Amino acid sequence: MPKSLTPRLMDLKTEIEGYARTFGLDFFEQVFEVLTTEELNMVAAYGGFPTRYPHWRWGMDYEQLSKSSEYGLSKIYELVINNDPCFAYLLEANAEVDQKLVMAHVYGHNDFFKNNFTFKFTNRKMVDEMANHATRVRRWIDKLGVEKVEEFIDVALSLENLIDQHAPHIKRNPDPKTAEAQVNTRAEGFKVDKDYMRPYVNPAAFLEKERKKIEDEKKQSKKFPERPQRDVLAFLLEHAPMEDWEREILSIVREEAYYFAPQAQTKIMNEGWASYWHSTIMTTRALRDHEILDYADHHAGTMAMQQGKLNPYKVGIELFRDIEERWNKGRFGKDWDECDDLRARRSWDKKLGAGREKIFEVRKHYNDVTFIDEFLTPEFAIEQKLFVYNFNDKKNSWEIATREFKKVKNKLLQSLTNFGQPVIDVVDANWENKGELMLSHKHDGVDLDPGYAKETLKNLQGIWRRPVGIFTRGEGKGLLMRHDGSTFSEKKVDL
Amino acid sequence: MGLRIDQDHTRFKAIVRGKIKQNLRKYVQQGEMLGKKGKEFISIPVPFIDVPRFKHGSRQGGVGQGEGEPGDQLGQGQPQPGDGSGKAGEGEGQHVLEVDVSLEDLAQILSEELQLPNIENKGNDKIVTTRIKYTGINTVGPQSLRHFKRTFKEALKRQIATGTYDPGNPVIVPRRQDVRYRTYKLENLPQTNAVIIYMMDVSGSMGDEQKEIVRIESFWLDTWLRNQYKGLETRFIIHDAVAREVDRDTFFHTRESGGTMISSAYKLCRDIIKAEYPASSWNIYPFHFSDGDNWSADDTRSCIELLKTDILPDVNQFAYGQVESPYGSGQFIKDLREHLGDHDKVALSEVADKDAIYGSIKDFLGKGR
Repeated sequence: MPKSLTPRLMDLKTEIEGYARTFGLDFFEQVFEVLTTEELNMVAAYGGFPTRYPHWRWGMDYEQLSKSSEYGLSKIYELVINNDPCFAYLLEANAEVDQKLVMAHVYGHNDFFKNNFTFKFTNRKMVDEMANHATRVRRWIDKLGVEKVEEFIDVALSLENLIDQHAPHIKRNPDPKTAEAQVNTRAEGFKVDKDYMRPYVNPAAFLEKERKKIEDEKKQSKKFPERPQRDVLAFLLEHAPMEDWEREILSIVREEAYYFAPQAQTKIMNEGWASYWHSTIMTTRALRDHEILDYADHHAGTMAMQQGKLNPYKVGIELFRDIEERWNKGRFGKDWDECDDLRARRSWDKKLGAGREKIFEVRKHYNDVTFIDEFLTPEFAIEQKLFVYNFNDKKNSWEIATREFKKVKNKLLQSLTNFGQPVIDVVDANWENKGELMLSHKHDGVDLDPGYAKETLKNLQGIWRRPVGIFTRGEGKGLLMRHDGSTFSEKKVDL
Repeated sequence: MGLRIDQDHTRFKAIVRGKIKQNLRKYVQQGEMLGKKGKEFISIPVPFIDVPRFKHGSRQGGVGQGEGEPGDQLGQGQPQPGDGSGKAGEGEGQHVLEVDVSLEDLAQILSEELQLPNIENKGNDKIVTTRIKYTGINTVGPQSLRHFKRTFKEALKRQIATGTYDPGNPVIVPRRQDVRYRTYKLENLPQTNAVIIYMMDVSGSMGDEQKEIVRIESFWLDTWLRNQYKGLETRFIIHDAVAREVDRDTFFHTRESGGTMISSAYKLCRDIIKAEYPASSWNIYPFHFSDGDNWSADDTRSCIELLKTDILPDVNQFAYGQVESPYGSGQFIKDLREHLGDHDKVALSEVADKDAIYGSIKDFLGKGR
C-alpha cells in the first residue's frame, strides 16, 4: 500500500517545490505517494483515485494497463488528481531523474487545477467523495445483489456523456415560478362597444369559464421541458420514474462525469502547461549534469509525434512556448496582423518581454477550444505539421486530406467542441401527449453511429419506462429513431 | 498481494470470456500453428467492451500530426483523436486490441467454453510450495541484493554524461543514486504428479492428415492438463505391429508401415505405468489415437482384457480417439464401445476431420477425471 516518501524523495520534493514557487506557480498543498507498478496500474484504472465503486470497467482498464506495462508497451509516467490537497503518485522503481521530472510536471498540473476557470466548481474533496460513492454503491450491492446494480451502472454509463459538458456550473433553466408568472392567462371575453353592457355580454361566470379554458389549453400545449435541456441526466433524475437506488447511482455517475469534464475540456492546455513547467524547471534548475541524457530521452518520449495522432503534450507545450515567444517579441495586435513583409515578420521583435505573464493569464481564462481558436497560427500549424485526415472509401484507408490552415483549425475545433461527442438535448418529455421522451441531436455534419444509438436508446428507455426517441439526421435526411423497450424503429421526418 | 481491483478485474475477465467464446472454434482449428512454433505465448484479439452511447459514426476523420502529402495513406489502425474523454484511466480504446494471452489463460477459456470440469486430484497433492524469484530491479533494497552489473552500468552512464569518465584510466565509482537492487516476487508452485501417455498408431493406413489431427488435439489436451497439473510429464508410444517408446518429435513425425497390433501399445503402456508411475500418487492419462483398423479380432480381445485388468484400475481416464483415414474408420472403437462403453473411466471419440477436434476434446475432458 502507499508508502510515504523516503527522506531522499522528501528532499527532492522540497527542492522542486521551491523552484515551482519561485517561478510563480500557485498550487494546492501537494502530496506524493510512492506505489509499486501493480498499485499504480490499479490507481490509474480507477482514474487516479485510491477507491471507486465496484465495476468491471476498472478491471478492463487494469487489464490493459498491466498487460501493456508487463510487456513494456507503455508506462504510466505521472498520475495526479484534482483535489485539495493534490495527490500524485510516484513509481517506486523509477530512477531519481524520473522522480524529479514527474514532480516538476505534477506541480504544473496542480497549478492548473487550482487556477484554470473550468475547474473552479469541481469538488476539491473528490477523493473523499469517490470513497463515499464506493460505500453507497457497495451498500446497494449488498442489499440487491451485484448483478442488478451492475446492470444499472452499465445503463447509467451508457448515458454518461449526456451532460452539459461545457458548463457544469451554469444553471440553464429559468426558475419555473418567474416563467409561470409571465404566461398570459387573462380572458378578454367578447368585444364590447358600450361599457355599461359589459357585465351583461361577458358575465363574471362566463369570463371565469373562458379563463379556465385558456389555461387548460395552455397547460396542454405547454412543452415539457419548455426549453431544450442539455443536461439529460439531470432531467432524468428529476422526472424519470426510478427507484431510490437507481436515482442514487445515476446521480453518482452524473456527479463523477461532471468532475471529469473539465479535464477533458483542457487536455491540451493542461498537459501542455505541465510539460512546459517540467521542461522549464528541469532544464533551468533541477537537472544535474549526469541526468541530462535520461531526462532528454524521457522528455522526447513524451513529446513524440505519432503519425495520425495529435499528441496533446506536444501541441500544448509548443503552443504555450509559441505564445510566450509572441508576447515576448510583441508579435500580436493590429500591426503584426497587417504586416505582409515576410522578412519583417521573421525579425519582428519589440522586446516586450510579456510572454511569461501572458501564458499565466492564458492558463487561467481559456479551455482547449478557446485556446486553439485564439492562439493557433498558420505558422504554428505548419511547424507542427498538422493535417486533416479523412477516410477514403474508395481506397478503404485513412489518408491525409489537407494541410490548409483553415480546414485544420476548423476540424480541430470541431473535434474539441463537446469533446467530439454529439450534442444532444431533451426536447420533449410528453411527445404527442403520450409521455414519450424525445431527444434531439444537433447534427454538425457527422451522423450518429446507428448501432450505438439503438442500444443507447434501449438503455434510456429502461430508465424512462415509456418509449424514447431521438431526432437526428442520417444520410442528409431527417430521421427519428425510436425505441419502445421491445422494438426499435426508424422513420424519416422533416426537421 | 491482493489489490482492491482484483475483484473488478476478475469480473471483467469473466465477461470477456463470455464474449470471446464464439471465436474459440476457430482457435482450435488454428491450434496447429501454436504447437509447431512451440511458443509460449500466442496473440489473439480480445474484444474491448464498449458501453453503447450516442457517438459519432466512426469514419469522421480528424486532425493529425506528422509528415506526408495530401493523399498519402496513413498507417494501419484507425486514428481517432478527440474521441473519448482522454485522461488516464478514463480514455476509450479501439474496439479490438491485440492482447497476448498466455497458455494458462487459453486453458481457462478452453475450460469455460467446453464447460470442462476441474479435474479431481488424487495422490498426495495440493502441497503448495512458495518460491522466491528474483526478477526485478529497484532503486532501493538491502545491500545484500545489490546488482553489481547494473550499478556499475548506471555509474558509467553518469560518469560519461558528466565527463568524469576517463577511458585512459577507467575507474568507475558508483554513488548512492547509481546503486540498483534485485527485487523478488513470490511464486506458488503446487506439487502435483500427472503423466500423459500418448499412444499413436503409425501403421501404413495413418496418413499425414491423420497425424496432423492427432498433433492438434494433443496440443489442446496438453494445454488443458498442464493447466490442471503443474509438473506434468508426457510419454510417447508409437506402434504398428510392435510398440516402442519415442520422444515427442519422433512421435509426431514417424511414419511406419505394416500392420496394426494395438495390444502391443497397451502392453508397453501398462509396463511403463507399473514401473514408473504408482497409481497411488500419480494421475495417469493414457490417450490412444488410431484409425481403428486392428489386425485381428483376437488382438482386439486382448486389448480389452489388458484395459480391464491392468490399465483402467490405475489410470484417471483412458481415452481413445479414432481418426478417420482414407481407408475409412475401423472397427476398434465399436468393439471398445461394446465392451467398455459404460465404464466411467473410458472416453471414446471419433474424429472425422479437423473440425471435429472441438467436440472430441469435450468428449475426452468433459468427465473431469
